[in-house]
Amino acid sequence: MTAAIEVRAVEKRFGNVGIIRDLNLCVVPGERHAIIGPNGAGKSTTFNLISGHIKPTSGEVRLNGDLISGLRPFEINRRGLSRSFQVTNVFARMTVWENVRCAVLWATGHRYAFWKNVDSLPEVRERTARILDDIHLTHRRDVPAGLLTYAEQRELEIGITIASGATVVMLDEPTAGMSHAETERAVSLIRRLTEGKTLVIVEHDMSVVFGLADRISVLVYGHIIASGTPEEIRRDPKVKEAYLGEEAH
Amino acid sequence: MTTATTSTPNVTGKPAGGNLRFYGVWLIGVIALIVLPMIFSSGGSLTSFSLIGIAIVFALSYNILLGQTGLLSFGHAVHYGLGGFAACHMMNAVTSHGWPVPLPFIPLFGGIGGLVFAMIIGWVMTKRAGTVFAMISLGIGELVASSSLILRSVFGGESGVTTDRTALPKMFGWTFGPQLQVYYLIAFWLVLSAVAMYALTRTPLGRISNAVRDNPERVQFIGYDPHVVRYLAFCFAGFFAGIAGGLAAINFEIANSAYLGAIQSGLVLFSTFIGGTAYFFGPILGAILVTYLQLGLTSVTSVWQLYFGIIFIGIVMFSPGGIAGLVMMHRPLVRAGTLWTVIPSYLVAIVPTAALAFGVILTIETIARYSGGDAINLFGIGFKPTSPVTWISAAVLVVGGAFVARVTWRRIADAWDRAATVARDRGYLA
Ligand SMILES: Nc1ncnc2c1ncn2[C@@H]1O[C@H](COP(=O)(O)OP(=O)(O)O)[C@@H](O)[C@H]1O
Ligand SMILES: [Mg+2]
Repeated sequence: MTAAIEVRAVEKRFGNVGIIRDLNLCVVPGERHAIIGPNGAGKSTTFNLISGHIKPTSGEVRLNGDLISGLRPFEINRRGLSRSFQVTNVFARMTVWENVRCAVLWATGHRYAFWKNVDSLPEVRERTARILDDIHLTHRRDVPAGLLTYAEQRELEIGITIASGATVVMLDEPTAGMSHAETERAVSLIRRLTEGKTLVIVEHDMSVVFGLADRISVLVYGHIIASGTPEEIRRDPKVKEAYLGEEAH
Repeated sequence: MTTATTSTPNVTGKPAGGNLRFYGVWLIGVIALIVLPMIFSSGGSLTSFSLIGIAIVFALSYNILLGQTGLLSFGHAVHYGLGGFAACHMMNAVTSHGWPVPLPFIPLFGGIGGLVFAMIIGWVMTKRAGTVFAMISLGIGELVASSSLILRSVFGGESGVTTDRTALPKMFGWTFGPQLQVYYLIAFWLVLSAVAMYALTRTPLGRISNAVRDNPERVQFIGYDPHVVRYLAFCFAGFFAGIAGGLAAINFEIANSAYLGAIQSGLVLFSTFIGGTAYFFGPILGAILVTYLQLGLTSVTSVWQLYFGIIFIGIVMFSPGGIAGLVMMHRPLVRAGTLWTVIPSYLVAIVPTAALAFGVILTIETIARYSGGDAINLFGIGFKPTSPVTWISAAVLVVGGAFVARVTWRRIADAWDRAATVARDRGYLA
């Protein structure tokens, strides 16, 4: 079976500094794959490399077997990969409704259309409404995104990411900064919305990671030191030494 | 948790009453355009209305860039001017070849002129937004404006290209000689363009343009190339600016290098910004006000640009949302029923604010006319620029006006806070 995402021997240097070194990662279709690692390990940079936000210095990235390294972000998105951002990245002056609707438009085939009334596209309206309902923001639909609370913005961020119906979804610390209750709600939301999809998630909360992920990769100093099931990762001596040891106790 | 109740909520977009009100506003606009010349029928008013109509189309086209896509252009008059030249050449060609093209179709060719140029230079220009785009637009503006003086065969040099609008085939028996007929032609194209530009804001492209304005980075991760979005918006803006230029060519029966110069580009930026870029009707208000100011001020003072500058700075500092922003700020208060609590503070503020403005005007005119010695006539009161009485009056008005006005402005702010708190409690304000 071809991997949903395959990263092979990717290096990324910013100037002289090698941030990502010989990165190898394989995400199987349909799995929930968590990437964990200390702050500054390069998790967000890995997301940026896969989603086309930045280009690898060397190495290759494949999506469903097709080479995507070097493609622009929107080209990669059109192939069915969608990502969220660690720092909320929404359309601040537009309403919640319009934020989500914009994310639905390309996938429903309306693209750059300037001859259609955007309010009278039934499938766009239904899909937008469904997603707003999913992320519990229907009651806030007419509020500019910039005026939402932090937790609401994080939920909108997830909504925009899944709106296109991408089959590979990457979430970068979706619960960062949330309270315990909010985190729980967000996790059940993520679990439900990514049903039947491939999920790659960066997450700091270990109880979330071990509860949600089918497989976990551990990134330390731009290199994946271990990849495996939660059980394997828990037992891996390298991981214990480099990461979990300090966190767990 | 996902039970049958969460299938698809019934979201139908607008409430039922919204549509009626929406069409009502447009209908009132059209009726106003039709009856205006019947109420104000003097030649001067007809000329003003015609200029305002042209300015509105131009400013609305500019707002496709500035307000809707977030592109600050310093060279938008290029498309207006090229539209004007295209229209003039087309009119002359129609006349000399005897083509069956009546005058009302000519603005379309102006639009095509603006569009074609936008399509040619737009791809490179819109590669980047922000400062890069602004600087390139300035450069292209200068380039085209200076070429217009060099390429005589196309632009007619200093004197421009003249034409005769009455020489084209008649339509409905109209010669378009009288200004009234030209006014109706402009009004017709104004309605057509405004409806088209409004419709554009409600298309997928229009909404994605807003998204590109807010966050060009994120747009790329929902499938869109912001460069393509900016390019398409730029082409539409060029097209409608060309229509405005074509209307101007018909109105003045000439196109010259002034059409596409920096002053014209600055004026449309000014109108659009003063009117307010965040609302569709903002540039309409701006175009009306600026055209009137331009017509009115140039005849009473030699330093009218100075007043433009002061107004511009005032808007930028105190109301970055423009006039439309000021007006729409009150909507939540109207809905919450608390508008009446702020009105008295406005009324109180009017007097000292007017005194301050009066003092500023008197100061400016005194300085401007000191050496010439011409008398100043302010709202029927005469002042001599060389007289100490004038200086003292000006100083008293400025200092005293500012002092009292500041107090009244603070009271407005307090009244506003109270009204806004109530509106927020009642859920009309986020
Ligand atoms: N555009 C950039 N230029 C230079 N350094 C960068 C850039 N992006 C990230 N870095 C550096 O790369 C390292 C990894 O960052 P990041 O991927 O955000 O870490 P993580 O998400 O794992 O916390 C950090 O040291 C950061 O400073
Ligand atoms: Mg990160």
